[in-house]
Amino acid sequence: MTTKPLRLKELAKGEDRFAHGHRMCAGCGAPIVVKQVLMATDYPIIASNATGCLEVSSCIQQFTAWKIPWIHSAFENAAATISGVETMYRSLVKQGKIEEQNVKFVSFAGDGGTYDIGFQSLSGAMERGHDMMYICYDNGAYMNTGIQRSSATPFGANTTTCPAGDAIPGKLQHRKDLTRIMAAHGIPYVAQASPANWMDLMKKVQKAFEIKGPKFLNVIAPCNRGWRTKTDDAITLAKIAFETCYWPLFEIENGVTKITSKPKEKKPLVDFLKPQGRFKHMFAPENEWMLVQAQEYVDAQWERLLKDEAAG
Amino acid sequence: MGKIVAVTGNEACALALRQINPDVCAAYPITPATDLMQRFSGYVNDGKVDTELILVESEHSAMSACIGAAAAGGRVATATSSQGLALMWEMLYIAAGTRLPIVMPLVNRALSAPLNIHGDHSDGMGARDTGWIQLYSENAQEAYDNTIMAFRIAEHLDVRLPIMVCMDGFIVSHSIERVEYVDDADVKNFVGKFEAVHPLLDLENPKSYGPLILTDLYHEYKRAQHEVMTKVPAVIETVSAEFAKMTGREYNLFEKYRLEDAEIAIVVMSSAAGTTKDIIDQYREKGVKIGLLKPRMFRPFPFTEIAEALKHVKAIAVLDRADSFGGMGPLYSEIAACVMQMDSKPAVTNKIFGLGGRDYLPDQAEYVIDELIEIAKSGKVKTVKEYIGVRE
Repeated sequence: MTTKPLRLKELAKGEDRFAHGHRMCAGCGAPIVVKQVLMATDYPIIASNATGCLEVSSCIQQFTAWKIPWIHSAFENAAATISGVETMYRSLVKQGKIEEQNVKFVSFAGDGGTYDIGFQSLSGAMERGHDMMYICYDNGAYMNTGIQRSSATPFGANTTTCPAGDAIPGKLQHRKDLTRIMAAHGIPYVAQASPANWMDLMKKVQKAFEIKGPKFLNVIAPCNRGWRTKTDDAITLAKIAFETCYWPLFEIENGVTKITSKPKEKKPLVDFLKPQGRFKHMFAPENEWMLVQAQEYVDAQWERLLKDEAAG
Repeated sequence: MGKIVAVTGNEACALALRQINPDVCAAYPITPATDLMQRFSGYVNDGKVDTELILVESEHSAMSACIGAAAAGGRVATATSSQGLALMWEMLYIAAGTRLPIVMPLVNRALSAPLNIHGDHSDGMGARDTGWIQLYSENAQEAYDNTIMAFRIAEHLDVRLPIMVCMDGFIVSHSIERVEYVDDADVKNFVGKFEAVHPLLDLENPKSYGPLILTDLYHEYKRAQHEVMTKVPAVIETVSAEFAKMTGREYNLFEKYRLEDAEIAIVVMSSAAGTTKDIIDQYREKGVKIGLLKPRMFRPFPFTEIAEALKHVKAIAVLDRADSFGGMGPLYSEIAACVMQMDSKPAVTNKIFGLGGRDYLPDQAEYVIDELIEIAKSGKVKTVKEYIGVRE
């Protein structure tokens, strides 16, 4: 199949394979990610979905927003579940029971279902080499259950299980560097993307679909409920995350790191932190050290990425 | 007649899976079921089957992959034991609630702690309420036969539920016994082609699996699940009758042994039934009217039929190879429910035996029968629940 041209005018006229009427919160980043992924390709797609915001809001009773075959089974097993679907497809094609149709297998899961409870299942499926793409929409906490800390929650954030209290000022650990951990699996394609850079995201999806084997895509998905921001700034915040290098856009293809888009000018991290209520306490004079530490971490990660890219 | 061989329970079940040739199997090692999927993996790698194996990183993923594969639309099997089943627990409910006909030999083993690899029914009983059909097997022959029949039962269009085929860990899984195989072609013919219902792989008709259903309809879904379970006994009987026609080996929902004219009865499942039958024979020679009832189908449980089969006895001892701590043994609870349906109310005792592979020896059966004789005479039960075969 030839790669679909990514022209906005034509894309807008294309069929929406994730329909309107789902019950995600207004302004949520996750459905934008799903739409961009599905819009990037005309291949038939079968998706699994971990329990979470996207799942509970997209298939309720007799209503489904999914115009593609879709399966949710539990929280921690989106990867194992789709690995079963993919294996059945291979088996039936091999036996001549069904026709080869170039089906693409995708998992959607939040950061809780990916970084934490679903990590083993994900790691196992990647190691086994299934022809699948795992897409994490990372909003940095358990938003579905009410903004609890996950291992993707950034340093300093105020969540309901690590509240900014008088003794402990929010989350004191940095986030798990999952994208690099996935790259360490030695799988052919790993990338980080953002719905604000839609062209970059969709190109990555297109590229990944042409690669056989396991792929992992980590996508930032702003959550106005959990981030304590305005309803309409998901894309703005995703853009600032990129500009501050909090969420760099890169890919690791067969072990070679490439930064796919660099901000013209690396903005200070406070630009990303300031508009978000979850970081408000960090701007109190006694917590200045938190801003320093958060900036140092982002700088170190960015330097490391630049070094990786230079190493080829 | 099929080939007669000397094999273990695991070997026989692995061969049944080879003959059935599932489209996808997931496997994760756990004693004593390891040997079953290990042998099957040999068939895969020698090209004896078309099956695609998923060698997962945990039993949770094994059942998750089976759910994905079954929803995709094909024949699926796995096997496990003990902690493996415990780790699958969450997914067992989902497999049943999603109506996926997955077949799983369960090599019954004790649950930790303390860690123990030997046979008892704690694992299977722990999965009692998951919505899976459960068949228990006395020996390797039954485990083999039940495995073949399980596919027909699970995949029956009136049923479409997952099924466990249980056999006692080590006692059956690792003991070499005489087994009569069914010819490959006959098994293939008996099991037939898999019929996919709403497969995910039907791209023209996309389906969503696993919706969120809250207070407005969840209750109705569960009632529907209960109702489909009520259709299972008839399907098992039909499939078993067809199997008997092919092999001459008869199976029912439960087995009755010298029960017709019995005054006292033992109810026990799986391998312990064999030992018990021998001791019953000895007591029969002495003129004691004792019989045995061995449930084969534990889920759904054939309450009415068992009540009918036991209504004429004066006293019943229910032997449980599992305990519900602080409650009664799980099999006892079912039999007590059967007794509640009878006009006559036989006395019922509960003996917990053989946990963690403790041998069930003839003297334990003798102890139980001697007590039953007393109870039948006096009509009095001294201790309702008692551990037997205990080292003091």
